[in-house]
Amino acid sequence: MTEPIAIAPTPEDPPLSPENAAVLVQLTRKDFVSDQEVRWCPGCGDYSILAQTQKVMPDFGFPKENIVFISGIGCSGRLPYYMNTYGFHTIHGRAPTIATGLKAARPDLMVWVITGDGDALSIGGNHILHSMRRNVDIKVVMFNNRIYGLTKGQASPTSEFGKVTKSTPAGTIDHPISPLSVALAAEASFIARSVDTHTEHLQATLNRVGWHHGSAFVEVLQNCNIFNDGAYREFTDREVREDRMLVLEHGKPMIFGKDRDRGLRLNGHQPEVVRLGENGMSEADLLIHDETDPLIAFMLSRIFWPEFPVPVGVIRDVRLPTHDELMTAQVEAAVAQRGVGDIHALLTGSETWLVE
Amino acid sequence: MTTTIKRPVEVLELDRVTIRFAGDSGDGMQLTGTQFTRTAAVFGNDISTLPDFPAEIRAPAGSLPGVSGFQLSFSSSDIHTPGDQPDVLVAMNPAALKSNLGDLPPGGALIVNEDAFTPGNLNKVGYASNPLVDGSLSSWNLFAIPIGALNSRALEGLGLTSKQVDLTKNFFALGLMFWLYERSMEPTIKWIDDKFGKRPVIAESNRRALKAGYAFGETTEMFHTTYRVPAAHLPPGTYRNITGNEAAALGFVVAGQKAGRNLFYGSYPITPASDILHQLATYKNFGVKTFQAEDEIAAIGSAIGASYGGALGMTGTSGPGIALKSEAINLAVMVELPLIVIDVQRAGPSTGMPTKTEQADLLQVLYGRNGDSPIAVVAPATPAECFDLAFEAVRLALKYMTPVVYLSDAFLATGAEPWRLPDVDSLADISVANRTERAGFHPYDRDPVTLARPWAVPGTAGLEHRIGGLEKADISGNVSYDPDNHHLMQTLRAAKIAGIANDIPDLEVFGPAQGDLMILGWGSTYGSIRSAVERLQADGHAVAHAHLRHLNPFPNNTGAVLAGYRRVLIPELNLGQLLLLIRARYLVDAVGYDRVRGKPFRIAEIVAEAERLLAEN
Repeated sequence: MTEPIAIAPTPEDPPLSPENAAVLVQLTRKDFVSDQEVRWCPGCGDYSILAQTQKVMPDFGFPKENIVFISGIGCSGRLPYYMNTYGFHTIHGRAPTIATGLKAARPDLMVWVITGDGDALSIGGNHILHSMRRNVDIKVVMFNNRIYGLTKGQASPTSEFGKVTKSTPAGTIDHPISPLSVALAAEASFIARSVDTHTEHLQATLNRVGWHHGSAFVEVLQNCNIFNDGAYREFTDREVREDRMLVLEHGKPMIFGKDRDRGLRLNGHQPEVVRLGENGMSEADLLIHDETDPLIAFMLSRIFWPEFPVPVGVIRDVRLPTHDELMTAQVEAAVAQRGVGDIHALLTGSETWLVE
Repeated sequence: MTTTIKRPVEVLELDRVTIRFAGDSGDGMQLTGTQFTRTAAVFGNDISTLPDFPAEIRAPAGSLPGVSGFQLSFSSSDIHTPGDQPDVLVAMNPAALKSNLGDLPPGGALIVNEDAFTPGNLNKVGYASNPLVDGSLSSWNLFAIPIGALNSRALEGLGLTSKQVDLTKNFFALGLMFWLYERSMEPTIKWIDDKFGKRPVIAESNRRALKAGYAFGETTEMFHTTYRVPAAHLPPGTYRNITGNEAAALGFVVAGQKAGRNLFYGSYPITPASDILHQLATYKNFGVKTFQAEDEIAAIGSAIGASYGGALGMTGTSGPGIALKSEAINLAVMVELPLIVIDVQRAGPSTGMPTKTEQADLLQVLYGRNGDSPIAVVAPATPAECFDLAFEAVRLALKYMTPVVYLSDAFLATGAEPWRLPDVDSLADISVANRTERAGFHPYDRDPVTLARPWAVPGTAGLEHRIGGLEKADISGNVSYDPDNHHLMQTLRAAKIAGIANDIPDLEVFGPAQGDLMILGWGSTYGSIRSAVERLQADGHAVAHAHLRHLNPFPNNTGAVLAGYRRVLIPELNLGQLLLLIRARYLVDAVGYDRVRGKPFRIAEIVAEAERLLAEN
């Protein structure tokens, strides 16, 4: 019996970190545009997500040949074709599994997983769960349009209860799930939400995703103008968004509103929207966002329009040893303990005999 | 070892002995059989084993479903099977006796733990009276021994609970068998010391039980003869005892080293393939990375991802897992990446009989996917050969950029035989180069000979490209719905796999090149068929044996070989799968001989079927 190998790697700054970015390569958005014609429906929110993705890529100073986009099936699955990096358009729901193996074999790569609400939460639900809990160093961007688009308009796991679609003419009787609650329950080390049309916020969010080491999950609220048009209009339209969305900032009180006059506080253990200056409420009464606090993260994952403003931004960000770091550490520990494997000794095993 | 022979016993020399240990699944029968096997192997006998255990870890004690057996054959000559019938049956309780007695030929030795023949245990398995005393066992050479009581006495004073004492009675039986067959106890004593070194009382109890069994044989008046099976004349070399799953794991590790690629193994636990995962997980210092995935699909997905990154990506499972992996195998077919898929077959359909052997996944691995989806399939014939075919699977996967199925089965996986260690340095270099040259790079360009596409792995500057499950345009690899392109790509994928036939050995014939009967087999039926053919040839029949290791594509000479015989017989542990392929491909009027009992063929039944065919006009 060999003694179990103790592994407690300290997260260090890997090559891909803001400290090293400047000394790496200088690229521009154009470097990340492939020669393939983009083929989403005109007006689709995916165009914006693609554009913001291409825009943030140079931020990381990372050689583009070391970046891989892996997708599943659905409209989102086409994105890798449009990125001038390595790309793999895989099968329905399984992109996290391919990304897990790739990252295990090649810790040097920056691996993005592009998925949708059906791909990630329905057919691929199991893989999202396990890739997150293992803290696989992948960046999952989930386009949530609350509908199946590529198959032309069936209810998805995030469709609202009662939604009438081609497959649910009398309204769906399935309750939607919250992608952020799922990611949190699955122990993702980074969780965020943004909106396709809020380009600056989306860019800033994707930038944070890119720098994270570990399982990152970002939900992008995305409009399908063909099969579910206006799904988020009530709170994302320019005129109302500031009043109906809560932009999160680490260490800052949860304030929102065009006039920054409203906030979120805890009343007992229930979240509550309050007006600053009314009933003696001041900033000091509001919740302070903490990206490392799982209880705040869970609360934020449960609140939504119209009862509450919709939280966007980074909900959780903690640095934990990643799956590939732990796997590599086990290999290194085994080599340190037993030496580099000797094939002859391996074949001989513990007991041999000689026949003359 | 110094022992005093207390009484004269006759020593009878035998060519071959087959022993079956049978008891409750908690009685340690697998361990007992394994210890005897190791001892016989180290002594220099040829060996072949057949573990036979229930899927339940602990079925109710004393019940028929809870019976676990281990049959081993050891010989002074070359043997191919664990024996049709045991010469000796060791039965630790009434259930073991009842479920195994039918296999013991009249006159066979029956060693029984009589302490377990209590009214309660007898009643549990439907014995109205005690067979040890009612005369119903008179056709056999019965030795009823109070193993439990004798063993308890031997362990007195160690302060063990009665349950702990009971757990060692298998070693009493083992010690007795060692005496009966003139075997040294040393290898087992060494094993006990290694295993229980930190628990001296447990070690002592096992040593005492073993020695008490041996001493009982020496002193009792019951036995008048011991048996000697001399060492076999095996080809010179260094040998070890090995099971098919062990040999496969070693073959894959060596192949990875010879290919200069790190091995990545993604797998989900499933009987009887899990041991490959367990074993590879201990080879981290060979750069092996293992991943216990959340399900069968994730397991193969991770392996494809690893191959995409330039590693040797492998996954392993049994038939039900192959069904779940089908879509992902097809992804690897479409993106043309190397991938090893291990299928250790078990009896199906559905959950079937998880611990029992069968060969019924052949058509599944060949055709169980959407679209025309050609992949290479190889199948080892013996436990030791699992090493060679594992290596071959890797060679083909890398050279042809294709998924390769390594098709083993439960009998090969858990059965053991002596293995002559290969000369690692003389094994072929099977490395292939990654594409790094930018000029003229196209993701779906092809090698003119192998038709393999270039392996351009992420991290290679200037070769950024996109692949996926959508149909590819020839050369460029861009998504294409062009009708003629799809036809071209389908034929290219088929031609690539068919072309492997030019890169594999011809089908070898054992026996005359022309004759009355060819018996064609594949996989674990090798031993039974070869033994049957040896017997038929000794009886003067013009019978030959050929055994396929490559099931897709077939060796180029397969059709020509089959044409040399009046009849072709294909015995399979399925309902005629290779038969279907051979008849369709070569228009040969072959006949099948199918048995799906979860067990290997008996030699005698193949001989009988062959004789029946030979007698026909």
